[in-house]
Order: sequence, then C-alpha cells, then structure tokens
Amino acid sequence: MSEPRLQSTHAGAPQSSAAARIGRRRRRAARSLLAPLALLAILLGAWELYADAGTASSFVLPAPHEVASSLWNNAGFIAGNLVPTAEEVVLGIALALVLGFALAVLIHFSDTLRRAVYPLAVGSQALPIAVIAPLLVFWWGFGMLPKLAVIVLICFFPVLVTTVDGLGRIERDQLKLLRTLDASRWQAFRFAELPAALPAAISGARIALAVGVIGAYIAESQTITSGAHAGLGHEINADLAVLQTPRAYAAALVLFALAIACFYALTLAERALAPWAAQPGGETP
Amino acid sequence: MPSTITHPPAPPAGGRVGGLAIALRDVAHTFTDRRGSPVPALAGVSLQARHGEVLALVGPSGCGKTTLLELICGLQAPQRGAIECEPAVLMPQRDLLLAWLSAVDNAALALRIAHVPRVRARNRAAALFAQLGLDGFEHSHPAELSGGMRQRVAFARTLLSGKPVLCLDEPFGALDAITRAEMQDWLASALASEPRTVVLVTHDVEEAIVLADRVLVLSPRPGRVVGELAVSAPRPRARTDGAVVALRERALELLARARCNTTGPA
Repeated sequence: MSEPRLQSTHAGAPQSSAAARIGRRRRRAARSLLAPLALLAILLGAWELYADAGTASSFVLPAPHEVASSLWNNAGFIAGNLVPTAEEVVLGIALALVLGFALAVLIHFSDTLRRAVYPLAVGSQALPIAVIAPLLVFWWGFGMLPKLAVIVLICFFPVLVTTVDGLGRIERDQLKLLRTLDASRWQAFRFAELPAALPAAISGARIALAVGVIGAYIAESQTITSGAHAGLGHEINADLAVLQTPRAYAAALVLFALAIACFYALTLAERALAPWAAQPGGETP
Repeated sequence: MPSTITHPPAPPAGGRVGGLAIALRDVAHTFTDRRGSPVPALAGVSLQARHGEVLALVGPSGCGKTTLLELICGLQAPQRGAIECEPAVLMPQRDLLLAWLSAVDNAALALRIAHVPRVRARNRAAALFAQLGLDGFEHSHPAELSGGMRQRVAFARTLLSGKPVLCLDEPFGALDAITRAEMQDWLASALASEPRTVVLVTHDVEEAIVLADRVLVLSPRPGRVVGELAVSAPRPRARTDGAVVALRERALELLARARCNTTGPA
C-alpha cells in the first residue's frame, strides 16, 4: 500500500524565485543547527534533572540554571578573565603551529635532525608541566610568556607529527616526474610536497586548537599571574577553592565555547588554504 | 664495464629528422626489491632512435620497460653499458597531475620550474590547450576532468618541458578501451603536428603498430630486445588496415617465442 503523498503546489512564479532561494538556504542552515542544538538541550535537561534531584550538592555539581545565572551576574568579571586567556590561546597556538611546522620541514629535509629531534619531541609530551613551571617563571616572570611556553610545548606536537607524515606521503613516482622536469629539491618541496602535506598539517592544527584551551588552563594553573584579571583558568581554580562552584562552571563553559569557536575558525581557514582537501558536505559551523 | 651517460649537444633548431637522439649499448641493470633481493631487470639491451622517430617497446608485464625509461630519462645510472641520449622527459602511466593546481598550471609546471613568470607560463600552456582539444578547461582542477582529458593535460606538461625526447610509459594503460582508441588517434595527430623523438612503452601491440615507426619486442625479465619490426604503413593508420593486422600477428608471434625461450629451460 502506498502512502499518501503530499501534492506540491506550483508556487514557481519567477518573481518569487530569489526569495525562495533565500528561504531554502535559511531552512538548510536551520536544519544543520537542529541536531547540535537538540543534543545540547537533551544534555542540559539531563544535567538539570540530575542536579535538581539533589543527590550531589550544589558545591559539587551546580544545576545549569545556577550556572547560567552566575554567568549572567558575573559577565563582566568572566569577560575580563576571558581576554588574557583568549590571547594566550591564540598566540600560543599560533607559535605552536609555526614551531611544529618549521620543525617538521627541518626533519623532512634532514635525516640526522629527524633522528636527533624526534625522540626528544615525543619525550617532551610526557614532561609534567609542574616540573618546569618554576623555571619558566624564574626566566620570564608573571606575565604571559611562561604561559605561552606551556601552550607551545603542549600544542606543537600534533602539528609536528601530522606534518612530518604528510610531507613523507608524496608518491615516489611524483618526485621522479618532477626530477625529469628538472625540478630542484626545493622546487619539488614547493610545488608538490608542501601543498600535499597541507591537509595533514591542518588536521594537526585542529588537534592543537582543541588541546590549546586546556593547555591555557594548565599554564595558568602552574604559573603565577599578577593583575586583576589573571585568566579563566586562574579564576576557576580560585573559585573552586572558595566553593564558588557555579562561577567556576560558568568560566569552564566559556572555555568550552572558546575551543569550539577556534576549531571552526580553522575549518573556515582550511577552506581558503587547501580547498582541494575539504570534503564536500564536511563539517559546517 | 664503466657506465656512462652523456648528453650530446642539442640538435640545431628546427627539429629536423635524422641523426641519433638515443643510443643504448649493452645496457644491463639490476634493482633490489623491497625484501632486499636483487632483481635483474635488463640484460644487455642495445637500441637506437633517430631524431623524430617514434620507437615503441612492447613486452610482457615486468620486462624492465619502466627501468629502461628511467635510465633513458637519467633517473638512474645503468650498472653496465653506455647510454647516449638527448634530454628526455617522462610521461608516466598515471597522469600524476597535482590536485591543487588548475589544468593549465599543471601543464605549465615545467615552465614554472624553469622560472618562467606565472602569467607567461600560463599563456604558453593555454595556447597548447586549444591544439589538444582542451580549450575551456584551462581553469578546471584535475578532479573535474575525465581520464582522457587528464592524460592530455599530462601530455601538454610533457611537451612544454621542451625536451627533445619524450618517454611515454603506457600512457593510455589506465583508460577504458574506447577512450584509449580515441587517445591513440589523438596522439598520432599531435605527433604529426609536433614531431618529437618518442619512446613509447606499451603492452598493447596494436597501439605500438598504429603509432610507431619501429617496434622493438622485449623478452620477459631480464629484458632483452628479441625482435624488431619496421612499420612502413602510411599514416594515419587504422587498426583494421591489412598491414597493421599482419604486423600485429608477427609481433605476437615474436612475443610468444620470447616467452618460451626464457621460461622453457629455466
């Protein structure tokens, strides 16, 4: 038995086509937002129900409405703390991308460097930040520099690994072809290896971005900061110490949003930098 | 025996036919496979090609044809024997176009490598596009082109390298039968208007006879030249021409005999 079909009425008057196109685009945008918003609503609802049931005290788990009102009441304070943290994240990740990429290129060109540097780079990821934090503060004081160093240390690695792999993945036949076209080593790099590695490098940058925000939190936790607005990580630790849990949650929510915003900003950058690598129908912010 | 590769001075401009463009004397080469064991690829190959001659090499899969082309292009030095050859450019079986460059930029790659400014390189490549039946696709990216069109872009890239010798390694092997036949006709006319010395490697005997002035038959690995056929039929040649069909039978006979001789006693 066939289901009754909706008869589409002919609305195809030419003057309405532009409006129809805009309407279609809006509907598509609304549909792509529907799933993430629905999931968010379900998670928030479950959280609210669990918190209201009262099994965990508000010091341990504040309800979403408490977090929301804390965010609203402390908006200026949290925004003031967001500024240094966002600066650390953006600058730190930018430095990490440059360092990771530059190291990858050096390693790609020199086997000696690869053997010397790669194990140390891997080992650096096991280094507890608390061990080197006092030295960083001793060198660079209470400002932003020691925090940047921590973020760079945490974030350069994914870029390094993915870029090294990407640079090495070019086909040998491709390099042979370039040689018969008289390409120098540098030209083979510039025309083939570098663009071929770009999508992998951007994947590394995505991972770096996602861990960069937690890197900023670790950096702020492990170093000392002077000034009224010491950063969201610092604020979270201070709030938790005095049982201001809702405000700590509000600040954590802002970090959460910051990571998502950074991630999708990079997706947009990828489309401009390496459009050949962007899959059709890939993530849309 | 010492191995030598020498590049004689380029012939006077005008691309006149005559004189040797390629000369191989008793070239032998062994490569090491992935497991580290030696694989003899060529066992004493001697061949010559005149300027403007289209030389086809046919043989069973794995008869060292690709190694031979890499030696001619100077990608490897022969372990034995001597190669005298004008500068040669390789056109591999797979087009190996760069996905991030437009068709015209892919074709102009050799010019960009030779430090020709971008706009001038593009203009020179675009001028060739009309001739190759690619006009209108200058700014398409490789993923948007059909297999036959990509192969034509790869051929434009090969031509624009400006090298006098073209080494074509099964250039149409990856195409379907209909496209391949079209591309063979197309290559024949392209070479008629733009004569070059060509070494065409193929396992398609018919393709060799339709396109070449001379067909060399290679034995299974390690490759040797076991037969030579001169193709004097007038161009353009159809696959159904009596002369083409007769030559194809002879070439297949030579190939079959070469296979028996090497696999028999071993």
